[in-house]
Amino acid sequence: MSRTVISVEHLSKEYKLGQIGTGSIAHDINRWWYRMRGKEDPYLKIGEENDRTKKGNSEYVWALNDINFQVQEGELLGIIGRNGAGKSTLLKILSKTTSPTKGCVKIRGRVASLLEVGTGFHPELSGRENIFLNGAILGMTKGEIRRKFDEIVDFAGVERYIDTPVKRYSSGMYVRLAFAVAAHLEPEILIVDEVLAVGDAEFQKKCLGKMQDVSSKEGRTVLFVSHNLTAVNTLCETAVYMKNGRIAKQGNALDVIELYSKTESEVINHKKWPEGERLGDDVSEIVEARLVDKDRNTITVAHTDQQIGIEFTYRVKKQGSQPVPNMHVFNMQGDNVFVSAEKSNPVLGVPGTYTTVMWIPDHLLNDGRYLVGLATSTFVPEKVHFYAKEALIFDVVEDMEKRDMDYRGKMPGVIRPKLNWETIKLD
Amino acid sequence: MSETLSHKQEQWDVVIEPKTHLLQLNLKEIWRYRDLLQLFVRRDFVAQYKQTILGPIWHIIQPIFTTLIYLLIFGQIANIPTDGIEPPIVFYMSGITIWNYFAACLTSTSATFTANASIFGKVYFPRMVLPLSVVISNIVRFGIQFLLLLAFMFFYYFKGYPIHVSFAWLFIPVLIIMMAGIGLGLGIIISSLTTKYRDFAVLLTFAIQLGMYATPIVYPSSFLRNTSYKWIIEINPLSSIVECFRYSLFGKGTFTAGDLAYSGIFMLVVLFIGTVIFNKVEKSFMDTV
Repeated sequence: MSRTVISVEHLSKEYKLGQIGTGSIAHDINRWWYRMRGKEDPYLKIGEENDRTKKGNSEYVWALNDINFQVQEGELLGIIGRNGAGKSTLLKILSKTTSPTKGCVKIRGRVASLLEVGTGFHPELSGRENIFLNGAILGMTKGEIRRKFDEIVDFAGVERYIDTPVKRYSSGMYVRLAFAVAAHLEPEILIVDEVLAVGDAEFQKKCLGKMQDVSSKEGRTVLFVSHNLTAVNTLCETAVYMKNGRIAKQGNALDVIELYSKTESEVINHKKWPEGERLGDDVSEIVEARLVDKDRNTITVAHTDQQIGIEFTYRVKKQGSQPVPNMHVFNMQGDNVFVSAEKSNPVLGVPGTYTTVMWIPDHLLNDGRYLVGLATSTFVPEKVHFYAKEALIFDVVEDMEKRDMDYRGKMPGVIRPKLNWETIKLD
Repeated sequence: MSETLSHKQEQWDVVIEPKTHLLQLNLKEIWRYRDLLQLFVRRDFVAQYKQTILGPIWHIIQPIFTTLIYLLIFGQIANIPTDGIEPPIVFYMSGITIWNYFAACLTSTSATFTANASIFGKVYFPRMVLPLSVVISNIVRFGIQFLLLLAFMFFYYFKGYPIHVSFAWLFIPVLIIMMAGIGLGLGIIISSLTTKYRDFAVLLTFAIQLGMYATPIVYPSSFLRNTSYKWIIEINPLSSIVECFRYSLFGKGTFTAGDLAYSGIFMLVVLFIGTVIFNKVEKSFMDTV
């Protein structure tokens, strides 16, 4: 039976905006005066919802607003949200570096976070001295560090330099040593903030690998904060979606990620170009684009095992022209995954409004985010009538329950086709 | 089984709440982090003299030169008496030794929050560990300077000057603790205030310079006995500690038991206020620093 190791209850955190110091002594005195008379803090009432895109009137803002959730032992919980949604504030409170304005957090066991890699490293001290100092800052006793010392040095691979001041280390060695200390901490609860994790791809991978080990092999609890929906989906069973200092949704990781994709404006699943703003020339112009499922319903998130339709509507204005609709699909790295063009229909040259759909088969796209560019072109002579760049942006997610292999990590690759394999036994 | 389980449900290791109790000293927690305390002390000491030729010898050079300057200016030029303590050089050196300790405790503890904001912002440990480590690492420095003072005293003993070995020497550790207590108390108050208002950091640097002249360091307290400035010495809680320090070493000094009690009470009050403010500030200073 699992037990609750973290219980967050009505957690709120208020920040003052602008310059701290000027004018705050007046507020402090005013605050004190209200409290002396047994009244509520006047500045707490005027706090606004934290949305950095809107310009607010208040000097005070709620970075966290009445957050409630619980984490069970051994759970791998993902926390997603846009910049400024309150993720980092939540982590700061959990790691006790700042205190909440209201509410409380109850924790069982030791908390450590991989966001504090290298904290307290002193450049003048040797690697050996820094291992002890850093370990102690992170909450280990000298005895514990001594027991793990060889392991840490081995993991970091800096044995030769262990008595050299760390200021002489290459930055890679520095980070490896720092990470090695943090990785050997063995906390009951591990917090990983991917945004803050410095280092190259290899190091990030090491962080993620360590995280999986900690959770699955050792049964510890992990909180994983990330922008990378795919990483959250593959690593976590449950997730919390934070928005403007509140919890927008929590529960099954896939559900939460779907809602996140739907809600956050980066995803464009439906776009209409009003009359007068349409891209195009005297031959053809774009009207509308949608992401649809096989029944032509608009969808916001596609699954890897689902047929995905990209539908767009355009007008042909000139008799006898042959504009061919075509689509360009890119991934977030900017790679052109594929280009495809409609060529089956002979009626393309007649003026009118057309709706065309391109079907992407199931099990073709890997999970991740995709950008779609839409165009109509004439090939002889070659001319592009319009090209709507980033007309649609959508996420493809994978239901981890349905994966047909034991590997649980992220599947690499630009595409992920389902291929036939044949194996025969030879002897 | 279910009973023990539900009972266990209510046992949390850590509860993070907005408010703390006023006097939550958390000595237990500091004790748990004693290894860190020790490592900070070591770091302070080791890191300071890495890549210097003379290393810890700087601890000796600085008081020697200060003493010589004071001897010249206050002894030779201003002709201020030394309360009959002979030779004058040990009079000045004793004052400098104990004042240095106080000043070092105060200046370094007062920078606790601002200097360590980058660590404090990322990881939790009892914040009090840092000012405590500073006070302790300064004791090491004080020890070195004190040995230097003793060396001078013995040197002049062989030159024919008297030396007063008495039970009063046993009182010296108490005086050091009082100095440390006042330095720590004032230091953490100032460090808490500087998180919001940097003015106090500026104030402190010259307050310490001026404070030395309001304390019987370069003159004996008897020198002011019949002047109208006497009250400055009397309200200064450090005066009786310095005088008592000299009395313990040389058998000459002007103080009463009441003066010492006043200093002791002052220390307790300052430590109390300091702890209260420090506890309040340490929870949220990352938002204001």
